[in-house]
Amino acid sequence: MTSSAIEATGLAKTFRRRGGWALRDCTFQLPAGRVCALVGPNGAGKSTLLALAAGLIAPSEGSVTVLGGHPAHVRPRVGFVSQDKPLHPQLTVAETLRMGADLNPDSWDAATAERVVAGGELDLGARVRSLSGGQRTRVALALALAKRPELLLLDEPMAALDPLARHELMGTLMATAAQYGTTIVMSSHVMAELEDSCDHLLLIGDGRVRLSGDTDDLLAAHALITGPARGAAAPADFDLAPHTTVESRVTGRQVTALVRPEGPLPAGWQTRELSLEDLVLAHLRNPAAPPLTLGALPASASPQEATSASAMSQETTA
Amino acid sequence: MIEYRIDRRSGVATYVQIVQQTKQALRMGLLEPGDKLPAAREVVEATAVNPNTVLKAYRELEREGLVEARRGLGTFVRRSLGAAPADSPLRGELAEWAARARAAGLERDDVAALFAAVLDEHFDSTAKEQENR
Repeated sequence: MTSSAIEATGLAKTFRRRGGWALRDCTFQLPAGRVCALVGPNGAGKSTLLALAAGLIAPSEGSVTVLGGHPAHVRPRVGFVSQDKPLHPQLTVAETLRMGADLNPDSWDAATAERVVAGGELDLGARVRSLSGGQRTRVALALALAKRPELLLLDEPMAALDPLARHELMGTLMATAAQYGTTIVMSSHVMAELEDSCDHLLLIGDGRVRLSGDTDDLLAAHALITGPARGAAAPADFDLAPHTTVESRVTGRQVTALVRPEGPLPAGWQTRELSLEDLVLAHLRNPAAPPLTLGALPASASPQEATSASAMSQETTA
Repeated sequence: MIEYRIDRRSGVATYVQIVQQTKQALRMGLLEPGDKLPAAREVVEATAVNPNTVLKAYRELEREGLVEARRGLGTFVRRSLGAAPADSPLRGELAEWAARARAAGLERDDVAALFAAVLDEHFDSTAKEQENR
């Protein structure tokens, strides 16, 4: 049994036509069983990273290991829904599901496929080309879920869905994770959409890893603090060393700063509640903030089981 | 069976909301010793929250001795909380009082403020203790 669902080392991808790096020097480890939010601005490299993990494109540099193997060799155990939800437009919904069953004879879960499709009251006889974007998403997710993969890679899965379908299908994804321990990676721009559903975060910007780790650990490693400005006019006048400052702002007589504390915080500063969205936005606004990767096992470590249960016991004692 | 409602704007951590709603149900007698809590899978399917969040809430309830996990069977209520089930005489008296307050022209917020003030006079703030932990 492997402890990592995805392990990337120095992973990089450059597209000759576009020029420049779509992804650069990405090193991170995603433990098995996590529900990971893949977040970053447009063009950050999210889709490239997912396509590399799905084995659809090859890295220019570095390597990525998926479920302990080469991405191209573990495809039967991976479900991938790309951003454009590619389906055969001339097939009906029923024919599409039959195709899924034929292509995945060992693992096909027909009941799941039918339940996901039925949730949208889709006409099984309707051709895929006549479906709306949200309905196509539903069919694509039905295919991916019914394959019963160990790893689900979802590129913007919720983008085309109405709020009701979004809640329902996110619930279905969470139930799948709860029941089968499926590792899920979903990309999105909308952090609020993922905040309650994900327990792991991979933030990439400009092709590089900015934040990587379990969300509780990442939140615990940061503090949002406010204190008196004491005449300082600009954040630059402020030195919060030895703490690492991700972002600081002066408003009137007050300074607000997002820091990674190194030891006790300065006296007279107040700590405020920090959400995952605050954390992500602060890092997106400040591309120069140093990256932070938490919880990565060294490559030589024995394959110990990094279960969420053990991670949770750490949280409760913290 | 209890149904959890997650309020994403409340500012209260999701697992704490699950703990609080379970305790509320125990206080109101909606959950009794021997009752089964919904399986994590059912909760996450209905609420779309991460499974670990539900497990964390259940572990917290277990740590407080309110529920116990039985391997392969689920999580069951061990003991009840408080002494005021939904149909107790105290509840009836409070309902009468609320009706009088309404008849006297008090708004919902007035009643809530009054009740909270009296509560603070008679009890230590347990909510604060929970936050500090």
